[in-house]
Amino acid sequence: MIAVIDYGMGNLRSVEKALELVGGRVKVTSSQKDLARCEKLVFPGVGAFGAAMKELKYRKLVEPIKAAIAEGKPFLGLCLGLQLLFEKSEEAPGVKGLCILKGESKRFKFPKDALKIPHMGWNNIKFANNPGARILKGVPDNSFTYFVHSYYVKLKDKNIILTTTDYGINFVSGICKDNVYGLQFHPEKSQELGLKMLENFVRIK
Amino acid sequence: MLTKRIIPCLDIKDGRVVKGVNFIKLRDAGDPVENAAFYDKEGADELVFLDITASYEKRKTTLELARKVAESVFLPFTVGGGIRAIEDIRDLLNAGCDKVSINTAAVKDPAFVKKAAARFGSQCIVVAIDAKCKTKTRAKQAWEVYINGGRTPTGIDAVKWAERMESCGAGEILLTSMDYDGTKEGYDIALTRKISGSVTIPVIASGGAGSLEHLYDALTEGRADAVLAASIFHFREYRIAEAKEYLRKKGVTIRP
Repeated sequence: MIAVIDYGMGNLRSVEKALELVGGRVKVTSSQKDLARCEKLVFPGVGAFGAAMKELKYRKLVEPIKAAIAEGKPFLGLCLGLQLLFEKSEEAPGVKGLCILKGESKRFKFPKDALKIPHMGWNNIKFANNPGARILKGVPDNSFTYFVHSYYVKLKDKNIILTTTDYGINFVSGICKDNVYGLQFHPEKSQELGLKMLENFVRIK
Repeated sequence: MLTKRIIPCLDIKDGRVVKGVNFIKLRDAGDPVENAAFYDKEGADELVFLDITASYEKRKTTLELARKVAESVFLPFTVGGGIRAIEDIRDLLNAGCDKVSINTAAVKDPAFVKKAAARFGSQCIVVAIDAKCKTKTRAKQAWEVYINGGRTPTGIDAVKWAERMESCGAGEILLTSMDYDGTKEGYDIALTRKISGSVTIPVIASGGAGSLEHLYDALTEGRADAVLAASIFHFREYRIAEAKEYLRKKGVTIRP
């Protein structure tokens, strides 16, 4: 069973539906028991960094998430779900993230009249040479995926970069470290290629 | 590179599509799911559903629509029309739509936009602005915001309003020119350019598209981040792929 982690911030149906479509057995859940017994976890990003961490703590999900990752269960963080894997974010100064990976989220900053914030719409993902790139199998380099975000991850360990994207700067749009995957874009809203990535995740043994 | 977006807009009444009656291959032209699937396949970058249902009771059918569309189409879609309360937004998002578009309710209570953005995140709060030019000459043009489907003038300056909505947490502006809407003479470039240059959030140009050149003008001279169009796609005057090809050839960054 794939647990889609529900922390009360919004609709997770599109993620659930997309995973089901590509063959996943899915349960949207906030129960610690489910996180302990599931085979894989999907962590969708909804809402703001500070509010999300507060909800995760309130629901006592921080430790179960860390435990599942430490056990080696395939884990996929989407959008804010990628950012929460890191230590902190400019969006919520003073709030600690899950601290599974080293780095932080920064807000895009452009001169007036330059680029719009949020970064909203379809943009390319360029593949880094990550050996864990199973999730990208069958997806062409430079594919377009759908983004909506104002913050991006700045990380320490360049080896975990899976994809990068240009928006004023070249930012990290995907990461992979062992069993942990994170995507800044929304595969569940990126038509066939997004579904292909989810299918690859579902198929990871 | 971030691409410019082409967004078909469908009018919805009592849970059915009421514009876009000219689809040839669809079994039922009024079915929102089939329309969504059609535009999905055609290469639309997003979809907008505008609910023009008159009675509040029948709005439940819009939720049903959002649910069905979300089950079958994997691209972002927005629902607008008649959104008045936090519960309306919550219900629509729970039904599976990605963004909601707020118009009249924002003018009546700007704090509503603030509350909605704080609760659900700016990324899903689109503020729709219906604007009409209030100056006679081209010099120092100014536009006024209208509400209630364009029936009620508010006295509010459209540019200032867009800036205010951004500061309230709107994630995007859906800007409709009332002067050009339905004319097929092109978007209001001056209005679009002015507003797009006044806010840092993306602006969707709407109202007036009659040819592919109009889309190009709005995305370049008008500095719009996306273009919304209804009739040119509904009546198959142009296919979306055709529009994209045209724009790409003219040097606009477009998703294939």
